[in-house]
Amino acid sequence: MSVDLQTRVSFRLLGRSILAFTLTPERPVVEWFRELDQRVLSSFGFFTNRPLILDLTSITPNKAEALEIIARIEERNLRLMAVEGVAPEWLPHRLAPLPKSFSSVPAPDITKMPWDENPPTGAPPDSLAASQSCTTLLIEEQVRSGQTIIFPEGDVTIVGSVASGAEIIAGGSIHIYGTLRGRAFAGNNGNTKARIFCSKFDAEILVIDGLYKTADDFDHQLIGYPVQARLNQDVMNIEAM
Amino acid sequence: MAKVLVVTSGKGGVGKTTSTAALGAALAQNGKNVVVVDFDVGLRNLDLVMGAERRVVYDLVNVAHGNAKLHQALIRDKRLENLCLLPASQTRDKDALSEKGVARIIKELRTQFDWIICDSPAGIERGAILAMRHADAAVIITNPEVSSVRDSDRIIGLLDSKTERAERGERVEKHLLITRFDQARAGRGEMLKVEDVLDILSVPLLGIIPESEQVLRASNLGQPITLANPMSAPARAYSDAARRLLGDEVAMNVPIERFNLLNRIFGGRAA
Repeated sequence: MSVDLQTRVSFRLLGRSILAFTLTPERPVVEWFRELDQRVLSSFGFFTNRPLILDLTSITPNKAEALEIIARIEERNLRLMAVEGVAPEWLPHRLAPLPKSFSSVPAPDITKMPWDENPPTGAPPDSLAASQSCTTLLIEEQVRSGQTIIFPEGDVTIVGSVASGAEIIAGGSIHIYGTLRGRAFAGNNGNTKARIFCSKFDAEILVIDGLYKTADDFDHQLIGYPVQARLNQDVMNIEAM
Repeated sequence: MAKVLVVTSGKGGVGKTTSTAALGAALAQNGKNVVVVDFDVGLRNLDLVMGAERRVVYDLVNVAHGNAKLHQALIRDKRLENLCLLPASQTRDKDALSEKGVARIIKELRTQFDWIICDSPAGIERGAILAMRHADAAVIITNPEVSSVRDSDRIIGLLDSKTERAERGERVEKHLLITRFDQARAGRGEMLKVEDVLDILSVPLLGIIPESEQVLRASNLGQPITLANPMSAPARAYSDAARRLLGDEVAMNVPIERFNLLNRIFGGRAA
């Protein structure tokens, strides 16, 4: 047998982005946990293996409270990836605070790197304006079971169907020219104006700006028809088109 | 120009091995030089369906590791001289296959055969990925039921991302073969309809193989159904599918057992 001594020509360092959901407990915490339990129950499997970030900034707990909240979340088999808003030394090592680039401060505008000699002028767009700009991701094929499309920058348009077990996550609206059988998350950057459109509705879950409806909540008369989903205050409306 | 075809499904027990043997034999009957390769290392079955289980000396893993030459491991079929089998190992597991070894074997097979048909293991792990890695075309085996269809959808996604062709920005040619189709049960709504399966997967249909005890009988005798009982409904469906793979235009219908047809006429049962 020969030993392969071929030299490597390049070293690949690939960027990878994941989407984590943020839990933001509110006082009274007991009440908040009750609501969390309802959500977990009503969307069976949704939180399984999803990385979650616990943001305690708004309730400013003391150390004992913070640890209690973490323990209660973990005993529900939810997978915490990091905790924000408390002193780092309180936390168990595995829940280290997020590195800077992950935290919820707006990401630096990539067109204005420090080494860039001629940074573009003009005020950077705020997040809402950015998500309303005309950035669109166009996908001209079926999205298959197990695939996830993540496009925080704007709208996603799919010319084809989205299979059961597939996910579309968009900062803006989602347009599906085919059957939506999987999951759609629109307005993921806090865009309440985002909508979800599909030419044939058979979804597993619809989410707009964190508010969601599961298949159990859908009006069954709409299944199979073209629909749009949008937010009206804090209520998601799904309408035939 | 040699063509590498992977027979895959995601879900187990839907008929990958049976279909590999039947399509392989049918292509060989059409005069092509065919090798069927069993990638199910650890749970090999293709040798049984091909009736060659007592003739296995060296296997895919031996060749991949360089412990045997390819020609030592290839088993020539006793019925069709242009049909060969490259068996899997029963004693090793799927980690025993190296990506480099598989690449070398496929390259060598391409010089000797017109069709290289890879029988994929179930699942979406390493074994299944290795089996599809070098494919030019894929036959996706689906039963008309929701779990099988969703698993097939997952596999199609992998064909579009994990294969060599996908990495080069090309596409793997895909064909859908619906197996274990029961017209009566589909008519009663107990199975997904063919058009529903096609709507969900949107892959061109290669054929519909009716559910038949003939298939099981042939497998137990160690014969591909297309050789064991060429006039049976499943054998005719596989032969038509093989001709479509060769580029022939063959009208699509679901062959039914002649016996059942009479039953249906005289039994008065609507299909």
